[in-house]
Amino acid sequence: MKIMTCPINGSRPVSEFAYWGAVRDMPDPKAASDTEWADYVFNRDNAPGVKKEWWCHTPSNTWFIAERDTEKDVVINTWLYGENP
Amino acid sequence: MPWRLLRFAFSSKHPEPRMFTQYSRLKPSYDVVIIGGGGHGLAAAYYLAKEHGISNVCVLEKGYIGGGNTGRNTTIIRSNYLTPEGVRFYDESVRLWQDLSADFDLNLFYANRGHYTLAHTDASLRTMRWRAEVNKHYGVDSEVVGPEDVKKAAPMIDLSCSGHAPILGALYHAPGSVARHDAVAWGYGRGADRRGVEIHQKTEVLGIDVQGGKVKGVQTSRGYIATPKVLCAVAGSTPRILNMVDVPSPLYIHPLQAMVSEPVKPWLDPILVSGSLHVYISQSARGELVMGASLDPYEVHSTRSSLEFVEGLTAEMLNMFPFLSNVKVMRQWAGMADMTPDFAPIMGKTPVEGFYLDCGWGTYGFKATPVSGKTMAHTLVNDAPHPLITGFSLERFKHYALTGEKGAASVGH
Repeated sequence: MKIMTCPINGSRPVSEFAYWGAVRDMPDPKAASDTEWADYVFNRDNAPGVKKEWWCHTPSNTWFIAERDTEKDVVINTWLYGENP
Repeated sequence: MPWRLLRFAFSSKHPEPRMFTQYSRLKPSYDVVIIGGGGHGLAAAYYLAKEHGISNVCVLEKGYIGGGNTGRNTTIIRSNYLTPEGVRFYDESVRLWQDLSADFDLNLFYANRGHYTLAHTDASLRTMRWRAEVNKHYGVDSEVVGPEDVKKAAPMIDLSCSGHAPILGALYHAPGSVARHDAVAWGYGRGADRRGVEIHQKTEVLGIDVQGGKVKGVQTSRGYIATPKVLCAVAGSTPRILNMVDVPSPLYIHPLQAMVSEPVKPWLDPILVSGSLHVYISQSARGELVMGASLDPYEVHSTRSSLEFVEGLTAEMLNMFPFLSNVKVMRQWAGMADMTPDFAPIMGKTPVEGFYLDCGWGTYGFKATPVSGKTMAHTLVNDAPHPLITGFSLERFKHYALTGEKGAASVGH
């Protein structure tokens, strides 16, 4: 991957983007047990596959979601949070 | 041309023994199956056979031995870690390294060079002092030295780093060494092979048979084998194996890239590391500069390498050594580093009975090859973790009891 498409700024070099990890649902901190919370804090879906991730276009501070194949390193789609892909 | 070589070339039988026995088929069962024919897996097989007399062992390797991170690292060996667990563990490893060539009867080109971790800020100098004190407490030879000592050891260095990151001091670690990494895999492999361990290359694990929470066998691309004990030592491929036994883990896989320059005259004796500039560099016996940087910034499950890496690393390298500007980069490559949140490995038992893990080796696995093999062999035989690895269990994350080793990582990942 050398170029990524920012939903606002279009195609830009990948060096302008920062990776912020997978999109994950946080359990309710008040209701979750210590074990459930540890599972959320540490454990990851870490096998290769197509994943949804948080990315940021750093010059414009645009946060968005990218769908990416982590084995081939190919971005399939990008969209703003709250919008439909 | 020597006669022996000529005779060998014309012989139809190839009388020279191969380094490893080639087995045409897998046996139906083994006492232990080791997944991963890298340094760690082969070392575990070697110590199982040598120290515990267990030689009905099979090592399964998807590619060829030593073709993963064992052959992709920058060959640095050191024990100047930060936590007591880490220092004790790596110190034992350095001790084993020093006798390894004689142990194998194979020249590993183990070269004791001395290792400098450069500090460019007061904060990193403070961490160096902390590391030096922990090291000394456990009898490891480390001390904080000034910029003049760095200049003496590497006269070509620009101490101001082009003016933007002046060197304030360094953590000097005398036992720091380099070794030929391929030979380590071959040495452990041959030693294990001679003691009856079977090494099966080009054999992929497709599934692990778990019944009632216990390991029963392994499904491979060349058939099923029954076994009560499996050791998983596959670095960046660990999550794929863990999914087969349904064990969650905190690993995350990022590529770690490295490169070598064309060979030049010897000018750099010690190993130099700069955490702030994200550079480590040593000169190999062939004269090539072996250089590495920090992890790639995002998750990738392949060993692709990138131009951004070469551009970034060479820019920092020239800040330290401006005279290298005309030296060419010869080749670059990447390995899949299995990182953990606390930068300490994951070793020992898992919730699945008979399934043992040796992973989370991130960017520091090569130097630990001997001691991880030895301690994992002990763990497999006794079904209880070796005293040196109790701080590295998978369980620690469940109890928030981390072993914070990030301060000793060679560069600020």
